[in-house]
Amino acid sequence: MKQEENILEVKDLRTSFFIEGEEVKAVDGVTFDVPKGQTLGIVGESGSGKSISALSILQLIGHPGKIVGGEINFKGENLLDFSEKQIRQIRGNKISMIFQEPMTSLNPTYTVGQQIREALKIHQGLGKQKGTDKAIELLELVGIPSPQKRVTQYPFELSGGMRQRVMIAMALACNPELLIADEPTTALDVTIQAQILELIKELQQEIGMSVIMITHDLGVVAETCDYVAVMYCGKVVEYADVRTLFKNPRHPYTVGLLNSLPRSDVDQEELIPIKGTVPPPHDMPEGCRFAPRCPFATDLCHNHLPELKDVGDGEQIRCWIYTDEWDGDPEVKVYEPERTSENK
Amino acid sequence: MNQTAGEASETLKEKQENPKIKSLKDFYKRLKKNIPALIGFYTIVFLVIVSIFGPMLTVHPYDTVNLSDRLVGPSAEYWFGTDHMGRDIFTRIIHGMSLTLMVGFFSVILGGVVGVPLGIVSGYYGGRLDNLIMRFMDVLLAFPGILLALAIVSVLGGSLQNVIIAVAIYAIPGFARIARGSTLATKKLEYVDAIKALGATDNRVIFKHIMPNVLSPLIVNATLYIATAILTAAGLSFLGMGAQPPTPEWGAMLNDGRDYMYQAGHIAFFPGVAIVVVVLAFNIFGDGLRDALDPKMKK
Repeated sequence: MKQEENILEVKDLRTSFFIEGEEVKAVDGVTFDVPKGQTLGIVGESGSGKSISALSILQLIGHPGKIVGGEINFKGENLLDFSEKQIRQIRGNKISMIFQEPMTSLNPTYTVGQQIREALKIHQGLGKQKGTDKAIELLELVGIPSPQKRVTQYPFELSGGMRQRVMIAMALACNPELLIADEPTTALDVTIQAQILELIKELQQEIGMSVIMITHDLGVVAETCDYVAVMYCGKVVEYADVRTLFKNPRHPYTVGLLNSLPRSDVDQEELIPIKGTVPPPHDMPEGCRFAPRCPFATDLCHNHLPELKDVGDGEQIRCWIYTDEWDGDPEVKVYEPERTSENK
Repeated sequence: MNQTAGEASETLKEKQENPKIKSLKDFYKRLKKNIPALIGFYTIVFLVIVSIFGPMLTVHPYDTVNLSDRLVGPSAEYWFGTDHMGRDIFTRIIHGMSLTLMVGFFSVILGGVVGVPLGIVSGYYGGRLDNLIMRFMDVLLAFPGILLALAIVSVLGGSLQNVIIAVAIYAIPGFARIARGSTLATKKLEYVDAIKALGATDNRVIFKHIMPNVLSPLIVNATLYIATAILTAAGLSFLGMGAQPPTPEWGAMLNDGRDYMYQAGHIAFFPGVAIVVVVLAFNIFGDGLRDALDPKMKK
């Protein structure tokens, strides 16, 4: 199962915002791979840098943000070496993106058809008639009923779920090889969420594209992803395939996240939240970012930042517990942080 | 492709109702609720028609001196009376109408064409360019309007064309500021990111996707500014810096009437009324337009 070809390899990506002369590291050395034809989930809470990572891939970070280092290898080429013109040819063509808010992601002054035609015009030079035909085809593909009618409608005439479908149609217009979905279902209600996720999954199989699914919803991850990168404070803390992550989460943060969710398979007396709050970006702890909230943290954790290390089976973890340097309770190392209510 | 006849006719009907026409109709419906704005709108339409066809219908020449009939009061022959040269004031007002409207429209168009792109570019790129452009606008705004126009006209020379240029220059910062403000708000919306993520160039984003969304406050500003422009132009002509005699410019006519205020008040009165009517029409129409274009004002 391992050693698949990766369509995208992000290495040590660093994106900072420069506000009043101060550097705020929103993405601080992020590394992950997207295997071809598979789905990578990036999970994390607000401000963990997951959206910024995604925007960095397409270099859509505007002033005052800046990508300050790292590599983004897309099919073996580093996108950060590309000129503005070259990257524009990638955007919407090879790599597409859909956004969180279907309500504001469509331009209110143009019809649905006109907006889908944009991508076709930019990358394939399709004219009005051909573009409209293709737009209708795309609307049909994303499951919008009576596309001939919808194509002349304005975004305000569509529901949220419909608009997200239109967004997907726009993103798929040029058959991208990689689709970045930035919380595509957050703003939708639950039934529509399931429909949209199902649609993305179906289309992925049909077109054979890879997907990066950015979300804070572990349920979405479990349902759609093959691999997961868990982010905390601008860093990846755990990267694993989805089964391993849910069955045997290893980083204390991942374990904490899972413990704070209700489970349907085990009886739980109460949910256990992660104590404390995310540190402000300009006042990051010196050692492990999670140390102040981690129940296992030792002096080592507080003072030294662990590396993202391979722990076998393609799994990567950024935690001192899984290194030889671990200086805390040896039992933690043996039993590992565990999910609540689990039978030992 | 295997549509039933019913579906086909439905799509046909849908096509006939062009969305642009639909939204224009919608706009008119909202404007109609505002009676003063509607009056302003129809007054403007009426004035434009008069300014186009009126000059062909007048009996008297507007510029021929007829000293035997000077300073005649309003009568059946001369509806608004004659001025100190014996010229029919009614005829002159009709002929001056197109000049007045032209000054209003052209100076606003000129100011908008320069100011709007400056403002959008300023707001879109931000940073140093924004600072540079907006500080220059501040310099322009630092002068009182008529004073700046006066200075520009005295440099360029007094003619109607230069009045248009002067008034347009003063209109630039207003347009630039509004365009910049709306752009700042618009560029943060996700669809701008979305269209960039599709591979659009900056030019395409600015002119195709941001411009239409910042247009409505600009249209309101333009309408209201037409009134200011007309007033400023009339003011300049009144001061002798604008249209030169015998051009029937209303401001200049007002000036002509100044010396005969007590003997023949009508010389100044009718051009004055004309200016008031035009300016008022544009102002109330502009206000109504603002209400109609702003969806938040919907009652």
